[in-house]
Amino acid sequence: MSSVRVLVGTRKGAFILSADGKRKDWTVSGPFFSGWEIYHLKGSAIDPNRIYVSQSSGWFGQLIQRSDDGGSTWIQPGAAPGEAASGWPPKIGNRFVYDQSPETGKPLTTHQWYDGTQHPWEFKRVWHIEPSLTDPDTVYAGVEDAALFKSTDGGESWHELSGLRGHGTGPQWQPGAGGMCLHTVILDPADPQRIYIAISAAGAFRSSDGGNTWKPINKGLRSQFMPDPTAEVGHCVHHVAMHKARPDVLYMQKHWDVMRSDDAGENWREVSGNLPTDFGFVIDVHAHEPETIYVVPIKSDSEHFVPDGKLRVFRSRTGGNEWEPLEKGLPQTDCYVNVLRDAMAVDSLDECGIYFGTSGGQVYASPDGGDSWSPIVRDLPGVLSVEVQTLA
Amino acid sequence: MSSPLTGSLCVSASSIRVELPYHLRTLAGVGAEVSLEVASPVTLARVLDTLEARYPMLRGTIREFETGKRRPFLRFFACEQDLSHEEMDIPLPAAVIEAREPLLIVGAIAGG
Repeated sequence: MSSVRVLVGTRKGAFILSADGKRKDWTVSGPFFSGWEIYHLKGSAIDPNRIYVSQSSGWFGQLIQRSDDGGSTWIQPGAAPGEAASGWPPKIGNRFVYDQSPETGKPLTTHQWYDGTQHPWEFKRVWHIEPSLTDPDTVYAGVEDAALFKSTDGGESWHELSGLRGHGTGPQWQPGAGGMCLHTVILDPADPQRIYIAISAAGAFRSSDGGNTWKPINKGLRSQFMPDPTAEVGHCVHHVAMHKARPDVLYMQKHWDVMRSDDAGENWREVSGNLPTDFGFVIDVHAHEPETIYVVPIKSDSEHFVPDGKLRVFRSRTGGNEWEPLEKGLPQTDCYVNVLRDAMAVDSLDECGIYFGTSGGQVYASPDGGDSWSPIVRDLPGVLSVEVQTLA
Repeated sequence: MSSPLTGSLCVSASSIRVELPYHLRTLAGVGAEVSLEVASPVTLARVLDTLEARYPMLRGTIREFETGKRRPFLRFFACEQDLSHEEMDIPLPAAVIEAREPLLIVGAIAGG
């Protein structure tokens, strides 16, 4: 019988929530890496026992953890106990060092700082981990300050795909309130050379050659906080989602505005429609219905909680514009939580399950495509990310 | 008795006691204090090199990868003195080299 494993990253550790295909009775494992910020953990699509974790701390920096047995045991790739150090800086799975200009030996580029001056890239943490769709040892990491790294040895070593920062618009990128982070990495299952990424606040970018070169894909986005609201880069994209059967169709939750592209990001149009507010962070697509999408509207960028004290997921069955509130089983009074950008996921069981986690530590599940919800857990630390593995 | 901050010993290797903060203990799978054989001259840099060689999972958690500098929210204490702003390559106090005192790696008290 099929089962699901929900991987939850929180501000104080990771948790694994497991259930059979009915998704009614849950087992909670964890906390793993207790006390550490777990921005994201995600399993390999082709080897579900392989799970990568981003573990970070303001005190001790960035670590990468990996499990090869579905989360029962963990290792830091490249740092097995007893392994000898190999010089300074050593090869190790938590070393993320930006490329420098091969001509000058100096930083490849700079970005815009809060005061308008240019500022060098400084590594902060890994926001998002995206395992390859074809090789369990290949994995991508989206980091702050925004850049994309790749490992081909199971996370033992990382190298930057620096064509993203080096393509010329880097000096126009700027940090948002949460930092200048590369938070979305989408791999095209039909074309292994095509990668989409999104950065707050720079926008969305697409590579057609495996990450060597990149093109900004932000035409149609409009951001009032920018001097030129329709500029090529600088947009605060919060999240992007794609259905694996239609890799040219992208859905975006921007800082404000829910957007859609039908041509691989070349052009975007707004599909916020009748949403009560089009500010938000998460967006995701039903596993079997490519035109069915989900968002959680947040009141505003000044008040990062749901409107009217009601936690509601909004679903569109028309690829946007026409939205219906989903509230059965969700708190409808005195609720003031947020749902962060990587904190929603879907399973691929016959009746698609939808999952999301809140800043208040609740993880909700809907086994019926959003019609009804119930909490799996109510009192975890604030949830940073939610991923789901559908297991045979 | 001379100050514990002065003097170093001319020995080929010393057994150095190092106290780790909670999260680094759990990463390394050790107790509060570890003992390391460190070649002379026993400097902070050599102690950290030895610590990371014994426990490679700690690489990058105490010193920044790109600069080799102490991470901002960590401090190095010994003999009731703050060594955090000392050069990494000067000898540690004699009391640390003689294992009468531990080198303390301390996490700043901050955050929620």
